[in-house]
Amino acid sequence: MEENEKQNRSLSELVAVVEALIFVSDEPLTTKLLAEVLDEDKESVEAAVEELAKEYKSRESGLQLREIAGGWQISTRTEFHEDVRRFLKTRPSAKLSLASLETLAVIAYKQPVTVPEILEIRGVQSASAIKTLLEKRLIVTKGHKETVGRPMQYGTSKEFLIQFGLKDLSELPSIEDFEDLAG
Amino acid sequence: MEHQQEQFSFDFFAGTPQIVAESADELKIKLGEFAGPLDLLLYLIKQEQANIFDIPIAKITDEYLRYIRLMKRLDISVAADFLVMAATLIEIKSKMLLPREPSEAEDEEIEDPRKELIDRLLEYEKYKSAAQMLYERTTVEQATFARGQIESDENNAEINATMFDLLTVFQKIVARHKDEVQMEIHREEISLADMIKTLKKRLFDQIELSILEFFEEMHSKRELVTAFVAVLEITRTESVKLIQSKTFGDIILKRV
Repeated sequence: MEENEKQNRSLSELVAVVEALIFVSDEPLTTKLLAEVLDEDKESVEAAVEELAKEYKSRESGLQLREIAGGWQISTRTEFHEDVRRFLKTRPSAKLSLASLETLAVIAYKQPVTVPEILEIRGVQSASAIKTLLEKRLIVTKGHKETVGRPMQYGTSKEFLIQFGLKDLSELPSIEDFEDLAG
Repeated sequence: MEHQQEQFSFDFFAGTPQIVAESADELKIKLGEFAGPLDLLLYLIKQEQANIFDIPIAKITDEYLRYIRLMKRLDISVAADFLVMAATLIEIKSKMLLPREPSEAEDEEIEDPRKELIDRLLEYEKYKSAAQMLYERTTVEQATFARGQIESDENNAEINATMFDLLTVFQKIVARHKDEVQMEIHREEISLADMIKTLKKRLFDQIELSILEFFEEMHSKRELVTAFVAVLEITRTESVKLIQSKTFGDIILKRV
């Protein structure tokens, strides 16, 4: 094969193979990686993914193709969660406590953020909530802050994006938007 | 069983938590549902249907203290934060009771002693709403299943081992080496380059290599350290994976 020669698949061929790869992938698959593996332009892959997403939508599939944590993922449609769960014999996993959710919200919006900064906003110790969030891999340490005591800073992880169904952090509504809701 | 648990969990959709309890004991449990002193304060303000910008501080302070008294059995570290807020409230209350100096009034705008508290409450309330948004998002996310999630842990027990897991295994072996009585025999020390070469060869032959086994083969602490550095080096430079099937278990070095 000559160097730099890109594979020449038709759009429908590309859509099909993209679907196959996204299907087998454990993690949301980026178009960059798809393009690399398939030896195609990123643009053609993106077009194929868009096309595939459209197909899924139009045929009212039991599956959906979603952009999540910077990649693409095939997952079941939420409407069928009861049946899927009955089949898998699983129950919804334990929800995060109110304290953990609040701590996570502060970290998501203020990252990188230190424990004292979280305390300032929440008005209560967050040590056990932070431990839980670290265990669930929803947050990660982001180095020390160069201030008195060099406190550890925390930020959200890729797992956070996946579990909360976010493309990236910019998809979170702005914190100022909550001002109207409050009060 | 499930029902009992739900009783104590906080339900966002029920709106504000209800402190309607049959007995004082039950009330103690319910109090634990406030995420913090600001959360409790917001609840009391709403319950009084008071304006957040014009908090009836005397009344709210009394209410707040009443709840605090019921919290004696709560987690001590959390209780401390509730007490700090109680002190703040009492301070504000007393400041507001003090008569103002007639001379300094009028021309100078006297700051409302409540201002700082109001600012904190407003800031906190935003994050409380953000937490609710996150809660709603996970509820939706839990209703969708991706392929990766379907595989149960038994089917795929491989989790990526971290630096800490590696260190734990290393320390285990160093500790074991300490106990062994060693005969001091002068020997040629193996260099890092040689160690990496040995390790690469082993990986090439075996594909998978137990780190515990590899470390066990070392004769001295110095060799062990060299072996450890070699493992670090090889995971950095070569396409190998560190796999640990259970916490604190052995780590497998695997060629990919």
